[in-house]
Amino acid sequence: MKTSGEAARLKSPVAGRSTISQFARAYSLQIGIVFVALFIWVLFLIGSPRTFLAGDIYIAFMSTTPFFALMAIPLTLVVITGEIDLSFGSIMAFGMTAYSLVFTATGSAWLGFIACLVAGLGAGILNGIIVVKIGIPSLVTTIGTQFFWAGVVLVLTNGSGLGMTEVRDTILYPALVGRIFGVIPAQFVWTIIFAAVVWFFLNRHKFGAHVYLIGDNVESAKLMGVNVDLTKIITFAVVGFAAAFAGFVVSEEVLYFWPTLGGGYLLNTLASVFLGGTSVFGGMGTIFGTFVASFIIGSINAGIVAANLTGYWTQLIYGLIIVVSVALQTMLGKRFR
Amino acid sequence: MDHFLQMKNVSKTFGEVSALHNVNFEVGTNEIVGLLGDNGAGKSTLVKIMTGYHQPDPGGEFILKGKKVDHLSVARARDMGIEVVYQERALADKQSLWRNIFMGRELSNSWGRLNLREMREETAKLMHTLMGFTSSAVTPESVVKNFSGGERQGVAITRALYFKAEMIILDEPTMGLSLSETKKCLEFVAGIKAAGKAAIFIDHNIFHVYPVADRIVVLDRGSVAGQFMKNELTLQELIDRLYDVAQTGTLKTKARRAARGKRKAK
Repeated sequence: MKTSGEAARLKSPVAGRSTISQFARAYSLQIGIVFVALFIWVLFLIGSPRTFLAGDIYIAFMSTTPFFALMAIPLTLVVITGEIDLSFGSIMAFGMTAYSLVFTATGSAWLGFIACLVAGLGAGILNGIIVVKIGIPSLVTTIGTQFFWAGVVLVLTNGSGLGMTEVRDTILYPALVGRIFGVIPAQFVWTIIFAAVVWFFLNRHKFGAHVYLIGDNVESAKLMGVNVDLTKIITFAVVGFAAAFAGFVVSEEVLYFWPTLGGGYLLNTLASVFLGGTSVFGGMGTIFGTFVASFIIGSINAGIVAANLTGYWTQLIYGLIIVVSVALQTMLGKRFR
Repeated sequence: MDHFLQMKNVSKTFGEVSALHNVNFEVGTNEIVGLLGDNGAGKSTLVKIMTGYHQPDPGGEFILKGKKVDHLSVARARDMGIEVVYQERALADKQSLWRNIFMGRELSNSWGRLNLREMREETAKLMHTLMGFTSSAVTPESVVKNFSGGERQGVAITRALYFKAEMIILDEPTMGLSLSETKKCLEFVAGIKAAGKAAIFIDHNIFHVYPVADRIVVLDRGSVAGQFMKNELTLQELIDRLYDVAQTGTLKTKARRAARGKRKAK
């Protein structure tokens, strides 16, 4: 075949070993995170074989991990451009506030769902505009908007939640949090779809090429005509949209909207992005890495309980896994690059 | 002489600071212009106006290929054939060679879907023809972080040539390069002339500018201190004049002295 022959000729004049080392170099981030995941899985298997050889625990992971994986995936784009977003937790609740207002007014779950997504998108766009047009560093901007949206939620809801049992009667419920074939949580499928779409735009589209260039050398990207402002605003907008979507999924799963929604997802989401090998300095990162890392983060809690350790161990082990695996990946990266 | 670019009375202020003051500057369609000047003379500001990165203050005129241009954007400047080769800011370090070659001009379909294979193949071709990479260790997927100064310059220069630049701006292209790398770089500048294109060669180092430039323009504190054709002055005369400029802010050229002579005669 012409293509593979061509590729082989371009990639590897000295066949064999060099192909493997080039593969390792090109995919070092992804390989690193897969090894981390395998390592932790083996630890869990040893710690609690009965739990981890059965299927139920994996269904549980598929059910709860999407709540933050859905946000970690687009957050990866923001971090690759060299920015950060800390406001998505509040945006989850803000989107749901929009839902509850519209649902209360119209009685339509669908209109509420759309309002939720639009509110999240708008909040994300606002983050982006403040960062690129006013020039406030994203760390500061999104700390500010995080408080702001959390405050808006409390003011608008008076701090009271909303039951969502009516959603059960619409297709939204089975479509977003139902069990496919009675087994696989729908939110897991949505996470895969979402990851695939974001992966496509990051790796196979001009947009993603610009995301990498901006994070690597924003000056040269500008000089080469890349629309830096628009690209960054889009990345923040997607995080806002995803946060609202995730907020809806979480609330639907428990059929209740708590105005304090979102607070518990901040660190899990950030940890997933950085554990997945995305560079704090920008210019590097993969959707695959974030996806796998989300499930590592999502499994730790359950793993600790299943391994008969007390919950007191959870944070200690989180910390260890994050620091050690990021350190390992950095060292591996230095070797291969 | 046909002009590729003409700037008339162009000024640029940043807040209170006047970076350029009534600058008149032109480049012929097949001319190599050496742009000399000390730090802070306004060389980079001038370049950034030509590339659409900065907008000049209102009042001046900017003429490209005989047509007045009111608002030059970065994209427009590139469409018109103006290309810059920066020493340090040209490349995105952590990205592959092909991503750097096609930076900001990725080959894609009308939906923006990247044509990866074509970009890799084109890059592989360019590596052998224009860049002169011979080592098999370098592939289109290689990250440019580990390239030497000369190789990096080669990538940036190749990119400009590949995208059919009509005027290439070289911003201190020889800074930090070894002797042999500098030689290679100067050969390229001569190659621009041979290819019928124009270039602006910006450098501190007159020993690099003098051999390849047709005309030399000296900027000082935001104004054109003077300009002359290379055959008007020897290198030594130029060096003496540049010391003068540093002290007086004006460059004495033969034309200017001749004019002064005429006035005296009258």
